[in-house]
Amino acid sequence: MKIIQCPYCGERPELEFSYGGEAHIARPEDPAALSDEEWADFLFMRKNTKGIYLERWMHAAGCRRWFNAVRDTVTYEFLAVYKVGEMPPDLDRGEG
Amino acid sequence: MARFSVFSLARNALSHHENWPRQWRSPEPKAEYDAIIVGGGGHGLATAYYLAKNHGLTNIAVLEKGWLGGGNTGRNTTIVRSNYLWDESAAMYEHALKLWEGLSQDLNYNIMFSQRGVMNLAHNLGDVRESKRRVYANRLNGVDAEWLEPQGVKAFCPIINISQTARYPVMGATLQRRAGVARHDAVAWGYARGADARGVDIIQQCEVTGILREGDQVTGVETTRGTIRAKKVGLVVAGHTSQLGQMAGLRLPVESHPLQALVSEPIKPIHPCVVMSNAVHVYVSQSDKGELVIGAGVDAFVGFGQRGSFHIIEGQMGALRELFPIFSRLRMMRSWGGIVDVCPDASALVSKTPVKGLYVNGGWGTGGFKATPGSGWTFAHTIANDEPHPINAPFNLERFVTGHLVDEHGAAAVAH
Repeated sequence: MKIIQCPYCGERPELEFSYGGEAHIARPEDPAALSDEEWADFLFMRKNTKGIYLERWMHAAGCRRWFNAVRDTVTYEFLAVYKVGEMPPDLDRGEG
Repeated sequence: MARFSVFSLARNALSHHENWPRQWRSPEPKAEYDAIIVGGGGHGLATAYYLAKNHGLTNIAVLEKGWLGGGNTGRNTTIVRSNYLWDESAAMYEHALKLWEGLSQDLNYNIMFSQRGVMNLAHNLGDVRESKRRVYANRLNGVDAEWLEPQGVKAFCPIINISQTARYPVMGATLQRRAGVARHDAVAWGYARGADARGVDIIQQCEVTGILREGDQVTGVETTRGTIRAKKVGLVVAGHTSQLGQMAGLRLPVESHPLQALVSEPIKPIHPCVVMSNAVHVYVSQSDKGELVIGAGVDAFVGFGQRGSFHIIEGQMGALRELFPIFSRLRMMRSWGGIVDVCPDASALVSKTPVKGLYVNGGWGTGGFKATPGSGWTFAHTIANDEPHPINAPFNLERFVTGHLVDEHGAAAVAH
């Protein structure tokens, strides 16, 4: 089984984690001002990158804390993990 | 096109079946077509076939980056059914099922469609209520559906375990008798042969690398075999809908997930129908070769690797063993994965796009195979008339802006 590095607990098996999709989608600052198109973009449209992707993961069967990961969506390799609020590490490999 | 018949079979038997002609040509791409279909899977080939057959559009090309039916068409668990809850989905899948019923004759190609019945099991009170509701909704939509009590489940599939001491006992099932399975490769090949015979150019090993636009009008595609021009381009690229959309500057409501399936070693005929269980999550049928064909859910993460995590398979094996103790010592022969594009409401896109002349067909999630004929039929209508057919009109892109979703998550008789 794949081993995932939780930034709080260390290495744990994939089964303990749940997935939260694309990272760094900011909530609208003034929700009332959004048009229908902007709501659709916020709620439904995703980059769905084939390659290096920034994602949210949660250590569901552990500390239950959300964190971010840089993962290759073709090889499924985790390239880095970082805490919520931090900027993604510069991996020199572009980003999704 | 050499037609298959009992006479042609007999004639070719005399020459030891060594002189059958090729079933479709392998032409060089022309510089320009009236329409280009990107993607040579079942849906793309069906689109080309119905464009030629129903709309007289024959100057078209199907571009496939690999080989015909090498994507999800050749990777699914071949289940065909139409017992969806919502009116929009029932109309789409029932239209497809009616086409399935005449498809071998229409294509003059045996797609081995076997209406052996599909049971969707209920394991708790919530399942029972939801299932009965779906049976009533199906009947109102003209889709055949029955509710079976546990004894009825056992009568329809004698090897199933309906013991009340099971961890998740079977409390009943919905049954669609007209549902069943079809030979997945034959669907791609039959449509390819039919389209080719009507003049469609099927071009394999031709990957689209860019989509050409002049203003908001599509003008063609860049491919690994040069530029090909067309005023109409249809994207039918399950697994890469986002990537092809991006080439045209579109941001789509699609996420791609790995979906795995596996087959057992071949055994004698023992499993007479298709059994699907949402709660313990496995679906299984037996192929004509004798292998059990087993599938379940997607991996939660976005993935384009055509493989998934082992614990997903472990879960579905547990469910299989629970439902069919008789299979407990059966060995699994091979497993594989495909990439499924899932929309937020678990319904497909068969739609025009903001780019003129560019159409998208995708987002079928885990259940696209059953829709193949209906998908191609309605998408061909959409491309030919630049207007959707009433059947696929609800499956438009704008629904994510208007909020008029076709929310099949959990309603489609299977979890996505």
